Amino acid sequence: MVIERRWKRWVYFYIPLTVFVIGTLFPFYWMLITAIRPDSELYRSWRAVNNAPFWTLHPTLEHFQDLFAKTTFPRWLWNTFFIACASTAISLFCGLLAGYALGRLKFPLAGTIGTSIFVTYLVPPTLLFIPLANIIRAFQLGDTPWALILTYPTFLIPFCTWLLMGYFKTIPKELEECARIDGATRFGAMIRIIFPIAVPGILSAGIFAFTLSWNEFIYALVFLSSPEKKTVPVGVVSELIRGDIYFWGQLMAGALLGSIPVAVVYSFFVEYYVTGLTGSVKG
Amino acid sequence: MKKPIAGGSGSAAGIAAALPHAEASRPGRMTRWLESERLLATLLLAPAVLLLGLFIAYPFVMGVWLSMSNVSVGNPGEFVWFRNFIKAWNDSIFRTAFGNTVFYTFWATIFKLALGMWLALLLNRHFRGKRIVRAGMLLPFIVPTVLSTFAWRWMFDPTFSVLNWMLYQGGFITTKLPFLSDGTYGMWCAIVVNTWRGMPFFAITLLAGLQTISPDLQEAASLDGANGWYRFWHVTWPLLKPVTVVVVVFSIIQTFSDFQLIYVLTGGGPANATHLLATYAYQIGIATGLLGEGAAISLFMLPVLFIVVWLQLRYLRRLEGA
Repeated sequence: MVIERRWKRWVYFYIPLTVFVIGTLFPFYWMLITAIRPDSELYRSWRAVNNAPFWTLHPTLEHFQDLFAKTTFPRWLWNTFFIACASTAISLFCGLLAGYALGRLKFPLAGTIGTSIFVTYLVPPTLLFIPLANIIRAFQLGDTPWALILTYPTFLIPFCTWLLMGYFKTIPKELEECARIDGATRFGAMIRIIFPIAVPGILSAGIFAFTLSWNEFIYALVFLSSPEKKTVPVGVVSELIRGDIYFWGQLMAGALLGSIPVAVVYSFFVEYYVTGLTGSVKG
Repeated sequence: MKKPIAGGSGSAAGIAAALPHAEASRPGRMTRWLESERLLATLLLAPAVLLLGLFIAYPFVMGVWLSMSNVSVGNPGEFVWFRNFIKAWNDSIFRTAFGNTVFYTFWATIFKLALGMWLALLLNRHFRGKRIVRAGMLLPFIVPTVLSTFAWRWMFDPTFSVLNWMLYQGGFITTKLPFLSDGTYGMWCAIVVNTWRGMPFFAITLLAGLQTISPDLQEAASLDGANGWYRFWHVTWPLLKPVTVVVVVFSIIQTFSDFQLIYVLTGGGPANATHLLATYAYQIGIATGLLGEGAAISLFMLPVLFIVVWLQLRYLRRLEGA
C-alpha cells in the first residue's frame, strides 16, 4: 500500500469524491423535491424573499395523483416494460447463439461476420430512423409495439453478441471436450455445459439490453403516435407539455417513477454490471 | 420426424459402436448434422444476421436511396442525384448544426474522459461505502436520458432556476444567466449535461480497466521513489490505453449522433443555434416530412463515424497482432 498523510487524503480523495457525489446526485434530488413541492411553492421566482429551494415546507403527493388520474402514465410504464422485456428476450436469444458461434466455433468467414456485427453496433439509430420510418410504414407496423420490439434488437443484438462472445472465450475448451468424450453432442454440450456457466454473462447482457431499450427514445418518438401506445420517455415529452406550458410537478414525478425501475434493476445487479464490463474489457 | 429415414439407423449404430456410452450417443439425424461446425455456426448465426440485415442493412441502403430522391410523406418522389446534399451544404442552419455537432462532441468527450478518469482513480481506492458510492455514481448513465435531461432543463429554467439562485446567493452573479435562451450558453449547457450523463460510463469502464492492473506495479514504482503523477503517466496510463481508446471511440459515436439530449433541453433553439445533425435531420425529415432531405442530412454523419470506426478497427487489429 502507498502510505499518505491525513491532510493529503482529504485534499486528494475525500473532497473531490464528495464533490463528484453531490454533482452526480443533485439532479435526482431536485427531481424528487420538485415532484413533492406544491404548485404554490413551485412557481415562485428564484429571487423571491422567502424562497427555500432545497426543501419544502408542505410536501404533497398531488403531482403523483394527477399523473395517474390525468394521464395514461401506468399504460406507458407497462408498454415500456413489455417492449423492453420482449426485445431483450429476442436479443439475448440471437446474441447467445451468435456469440457462441463466434466465440467457440471455427468456420470460414468467422472473422468477417464478427467484424460486421461489431460495425452494425456502431451504426447509430439517428442515422437510420428516417428510412426505418418508411419501412415500418410499409410493413404497417406503425403505432404498434412490434415496431419497437423488432427494431430495438438492431442495437441490442450486436451488443449482446460481443459481450457474450468475450465471455464464451474465457471458458476453458477442456470443459466442452470432457462432455463430448462422455458422449454429449456438440449441441448438447453447448446447451448443458457452456450456457449454464455463462449465466453471469447472460445476466449482465440482459440487464444492459433491458436498460438500453428502456432508454430508447428516437424510434419510439418516430414510430408511435397514439397517447396510450407510448413509452415512458416519449409519453412524458409529448403529453406533459402542452404548447409552451410545462407541468413541472407532474413531469418530475413522471421522470422519477420512470427512472426507478431501471435504477432498482441496477442496484441489484451492479456487481454483475461491473464484472460484465471487466469481462468485455479483458475479452 | 415420424418416419425413420432409411439408412439413418445403420449409421447411428455405427457411431454407437465406436463410442463407449451407447445410450448417450444415439444422436438423431438433426443432432448429427450439428456436429459439423460450419453448419452449426450457420444455424446459430442465422437469427442474428437475418434481423440485422432486415433492420440495419436494408434501411441503410434505403436511406442512401432516399437521400438521393425528393421523397416526402405522401409523395413517392423521384431520383434527384446529389441535389439534397448540395442543398444541405449551402444551408446555413445545416452548417451551424454540423459545426455544433463537432464542437459538442469534442468538448463533451474531453470532459468525460478527464472527469471519468479522475473518478475512476478515486473509486479504485479502498474506502467505506465503496459499493454504494459506485452504484450511486452510475445513476446518470442508467436513468433514461430524456427524463434526467428534464431535471436539468428545470434546473436551467430562466425564472425558477435553482442554479441561478445558487450562483446569486454565492455572489457570483447579479442578474440571472440566460442558460437556455442564448445559443452559446445553450450549447455549453448541453455539453455540461452530456458530460454529467456520460462520465459514469467512462469512470466505470476505466475502473474495470484499472482493476486488471496489478497493484504490485504501483508499489514497485512507489518504492523506486515515483510520485503520484509519475506513477499515473508511466505505470497506469500505458496499461489503460487500450481500454481508453475503446471507450473514447464509443463515446464519440454516441455523442456525435446524439439526439435526445438536445431535443429535450433546447429543441435545437433558440433560433436553431443548438441544432445537432440528428435533431436537424429529425426536424426536416420527420417534423417537416421531407424524408429525402432529412435522410441526406443524417447521412452527413457517416463519413465521420466511418473514420472513427476504421481507426478503432485498425488499432484493435494492431493490438491483436502484437
